[in-house]
Amino acid sequence: MHPARSIVLFTSASGAGYGLLALLGLLGPTGLLPQERGFGAAGLALALALVVLGLVSSTFHLGHPERAWRALSQWRSSWLSREGVAALLTFLPAGLFALGWVFNGEMGGGWALAGWTASLGAVVTVACTGMIYASLKPIPRWRHPLVLPLYLAFAALSGLLLLNALLAGSQRGIALATLIALALVWIVKLAYWRAIERAAPAATPESATGLGKFGKVRLLEPPHTGSNYLLDEMGFQIARKHARTLRGLALLIGGALPVLLIALGIVTGGVVQAATALIAAVAGLVGIVLERWLFFAEAKHTVNLYYGDRPI
Amino acid sequence: MTSLPREAPETRLGLVIDLDTCVGCQACVVHCKEWNTGGYPGPLSDLMPYGPKPMGAWLNRVHGFEAGEGADGRTVHFPKSCLHCEDAACVTVCPTGASFKRQADGIVLVEESKCIGCGLCAWACPYGAREMDPVDKVMKKCTLCVDRIYNENLPEEDRVPACVATCPASARHFGDFADPESDVSRLVAARGGYDLMPEMGYKPTNKYLPPRERAPAREERLPDIAPEGGFLGWVDRMLTAMG
Repeated sequence: MHPARSIVLFTSASGAGYGLLALLGLLGPTGLLPQERGFGAAGLALALALVVLGLVSSTFHLGHPERAWRALSQWRSSWLSREGVAALLTFLPAGLFALGWVFNGEMGGGWALAGWTASLGAVVTVACTGMIYASLKPIPRWRHPLVLPLYLAFAALSGLLLLNALLAGSQRGIALATLIALALVWIVKLAYWRAIERAAPAATPESATGLGKFGKVRLLEPPHTGSNYLLDEMGFQIARKHARTLRGLALLIGGALPVLLIALGIVTGGVVQAATALIAAVAGLVGIVLERWLFFAEAKHTVNLYYGDRPI
Repeated sequence: MTSLPREAPETRLGLVIDLDTCVGCQACVVHCKEWNTGGYPGPLSDLMPYGPKPMGAWLNRVHGFEAGEGADGRTVHFPKSCLHCEDAACVTVCPTGASFKRQADGIVLVEESKCIGCGLCAWACPYGAREMDPVDKVMKKCTLCVDRIYNENLPEEDRVPACVATCPASARHFGDFADPESDVSRLVAARGGYDLMPEMGYKPTNKYLPPRERAPAREERLPDIAPEGGFLGWVDRMLTAMG
C-alpha cells in the first residue's frame, strides 16, 4: 500500500496525542502527576496540538476536504466515520478537563469525571483508527488480530514517552512504566512481524481468476501498459527490498535507544535525566513513525494478484 | 446510507462473463469508457492520454492470463469490472454515504457529490473495481450502465450495459440472478459459473464461466503417404531418413 505521508503522520501524531491525553485524563485526577496549572497546560496543549495536527493532516489526502464533514454521518457501518465522531466528541470532555485543571486549578468531582471521560474517548478513537485497517479483508497484513492491539499499544507508548519527557524523567514510576511499555510493545510488534511472514496466503492468482484447475496461473499481458490508480495506490513495492533493514532501524531507534536513555537517566538523575527523557521521547516517536510507514508500505492488497503478484 | 439493504433485493442484476469465448479484443473496455464518460459516472478523466505516461479512470479492464503448462495450458482473456457484491464492504466502509447498494436491483453506485475521495472503498475492494478519477478526485465505478438498462429512450435491444451490447463474441451476458429461469441463471447452472476469490466472503453477483474442457492433447502421427510402396513410398522413406 502506498504510504501517504498525510496518513502516516495522521496515525502516528494523533496516536501520540490521544495517548498523552488518555494518560493525563486518567492520572491527573488521581494525584499521581504534578498538580500545577503550568504542567497541566503544557501537557494538555501538547496532547491536543498533536491530535489537531493529526486530524488536519488526515484531510490532506482527501480528494474533497471541503466535504469532510459528511464523514461524520455513517457511524452505523463505517469505522472511518466512527473515528471522526469519536475524535470530535472527545474534544468536549478534554476541553472541560483542561478548563478545570488549567483555569480553575481543580481536578476533583466533575472535573475528574471529565478527565476520565476524555481518557475513554481517546482510547475509543484510537481503537476506531485501528479498526479502519483491521477490518479490511483484502489486505491480510492489516486484517491480522494483532493490528488493533498494536495501534492501542503504540498510542499508549508514545503517550508515556511524551509524559516522561514532560516530567523531565523525574517521576520514577512513569519512567519505569515507560521502560516496561517500550519492551512489551516492541516484543508484540516483533511477534506481529514474525506472524505476517509465516502466514498462509489469504488469496492466490488461482483463486482470484478461478483458473487454478488448469494449473498455475501467470499474468500474460497486463490490461494497460501505463500505471493506474490501483497500481499507484496499492502496488507500492519499495519497502519490500529494504524491509528487514527498516524494521531493524525502527526497533533500534524506537525501542533500544529510548530504553538505554531512560535507564541511564534513572541511574544518573538530575540534568542528564531530563535530557535523556527528552531525547528518548524524540527517538521513540521517530521509531514509531518509521514503524507506521512500514505498516503501510509492507501491506499487500489482493488486487495485485490481477497484476502478476504471487499469493498474498 | 452505507448500510447494506436488510433484505435481499427482489432482482439481482449482474453479468456473466464467458472466459471460453472472450477473445480479448478490448471492445467492451472501449465502449464502457465511451458510454460512461458521458453517462452517470462521467466524465472519466485521463491524464496525458497521448503523453509518455498515460493514466486515467476506466471501469472495465481486460487482463490476459496463462493457466497451466504446455499443451494443456490455456491463454485466457479475463475481463474484470465491478462484481456488484452482495456483501459489498466498499459500501459499508464509506464514511459519507456516497457509496450505496440499491435495494431494488442490487446495483452498487457512488453519489459523487457526497464523495470526499478518501479512497477507503477502493482499499476495501479485493478485486480492484474502483478507480479514483485523477481530475474529479472522486471514486468512479461500474454502474452496470444504470442509465442504459432502464432508459426508455433507447430501443429495447440496447437496454443492456454497453460492454454487453458491444461484445462481438457474446462473451458477456446481462440479467437477473434472483430469477432462476433467467438466461444468466441458466448459463451459470449449465456451465458451472463461479465466484472470483470466494474466500474473501464478498458474495459477488457477477459470475465467470470457465473455459470449456477439451480432449487431452496427444501427439498426432501423420498417416503414411504411400503404404503400398512404389515411387511415393520410396520418396517417403528417403525424406524420413533425411529428416
